[in-house]
Amino acid sequence: MEYVPGIPILKPSLDADNRPFWEAVRRHEFVLQKCGSCDRYFQPPRPMCPECRSMDTMEWVPSAGRGQVYSFVNFTTDRMAYPAMKIPYSVVLVELEEGVRMISNMLDLEPDDVQIGMPVEVAFDDLDEDLTLFKFKKLEG
Amino acid sequence: MLSEYLERRYRPERRPSPEANLVRDNTAIVGIGQTEFSRNSGRDELDMACEAIKNAVADAGLAIEDIDGLEAFTLERTSMPAIVSALGIPNLRFTSEISFGGGASGANVLHAAAAVATGVANHVVCYRSLNEASGHRYGRGDGYVGYLSEAPTLHYGYYFPFGFLTPLAWAGMYAKRWMHEYGIDPDQLGWYSVVLRENALRNPKAVFNDRPMTHADYLESPMIVEPLRLFDCCVDTDGAVALVITSAERAKDLKQTPAYILAAAQSCPPEQEIQTSYNRPVMSGLPETWYMGQELFRVAGVGPADIDVAQLYDPFSFGALLQLEELGFCERGESAAFCEGGDRIRPDGQLPLNTSGGLLSEAYIHGYNLIAEGVRQIRGTSTSQVEGAELVLATGGPGVPTSGLILRR
Repeated sequence: MEYVPGIPILKPSLDADNRPFWEAVRRHEFVLQKCGSCDRYFQPPRPMCPECRSMDTMEWVPSAGRGQVYSFVNFTTDRMAYPAMKIPYSVVLVELEEGVRMISNMLDLEPDDVQIGMPVEVAFDDLDEDLTLFKFKKLEG
Repeated sequence: MLSEYLERRYRPERRPSPEANLVRDNTAIVGIGQTEFSRNSGRDELDMACEAIKNAVADAGLAIEDIDGLEAFTLERTSMPAIVSALGIPNLRFTSEISFGGGASGANVLHAAAAVATGVANHVVCYRSLNEASGHRYGRGDGYVGYLSEAPTLHYGYYFPFGFLTPLAWAGMYAKRWMHEYGIDPDQLGWYSVVLRENALRNPKAVFNDRPMTHADYLESPMIVEPLRLFDCCVDTDGAVALVITSAERAKDLKQTPAYILAAAQSCPPEQEIQTSYNRPVMSGLPETWYMGQELFRVAGVGPADIDVAQLYDPFSFGALLQLEELGFCERGESAAFCEGGDRIRPDGQLPLNTSGGLLSEAYIHGYNLIAEGVRQIRGTSTSQVEGAELVLATGGPGVPTSGLILRR
């Protein structure tokens, strides 16, 4: 996908729960939130475990960022699209091996070539001095 | 454990008995009022809200002095005190506002009815006024440029940076997965939109009253966010609707045939987000609508087969199809086939739907116009009247914490 110069991307809003995730992305690291007691992953991050209801077992663990495309949409006209992205572009929902699903874009892949079930791996896209986003690349083989 | 609730476990034993529910059969919608529905009202939202409320109060045979409660969306841009001042409401003693956009339509009625049933207020008005077509368009992405520099909520911070920031796209993500899991043929879609347009052609107040649409027209309409087309989308509208709720006892002496509230319910199951609940085990469904429906049918003591006509909140045709499955009107994955050809959902069909044209073809007043149409069906005054309609189901917005009603003649 390509960006239209001069139109700012809407940045993530940060709080105590998601700040570690976005700081890791800035360092090109991909981490997920997990309850150390239940061994379950959660997205979006939260201050406590909704399963065992412990308030001190949530931790950030490294992830290989591998998974597959669970669903996707293609923006084929500028209606409903965000003007910073060149049309057409796709948005994918990736189901990671850890079980959680995350929204992102595909790098180096045309919208017509996106398919449900396609294996993908995380990649990092430095947009400017203040913003790095995680994206996905098709995993060959 | 939380995880068992993710698998849709409705636990009646943990809920109050239907007999303990004071709203049930003890409250009624007794007045409905609206403004013109248009694409450019040329008025402000306060002006329209006042007209709709005046009309609803007059429709009920009441006076402004009788109104002692007001109910609205948190999204409502008119100020409640400004409404009180403009209409000259002297006796207001109950107000509340509910979040989650269109999910609040039935909830407004529930809270009004709860206030009435517990003796906190006598006559509560619910209202929604918006210049969605000529003013701020909630459903557009370009409105954010220069207006916000970051996502407006924490959850949206995981979506907006990727150019994923409009309700049609959020719904499309569900639609794509649903079509994949159930092998839906895209040509099967569209009949819902066609039937609603037929209903709108009979309704002189509908925005699309003069614009016929065939199934071929639907298939030729442009893809907006693949897999959803232009004719899958609701009609952005300027307008206002108001409803008056009072007790069943007082309703007997008023001007209109009461639409008794047999059940009203809200739901917000785990892992709920605002239209982006993508971390639930199954994504080809709407658990919030399922839980809400379970509660409605249990409290009302009726089942899906007893419903004479349904008014489903349809920001997109696909959202209504999934609700047909979640409310038990058809099997999972079969809603497109259920609507194919349109006969089952026309006014003389097995389950007539959105008889005023719905949000797709009458007006997008965030579900309030659907409830008003439900009341007209109970009164026998719809322009697409279902013969002998006694039980009407109306839903609030899908994909958000939602709500709904069953009305009885």
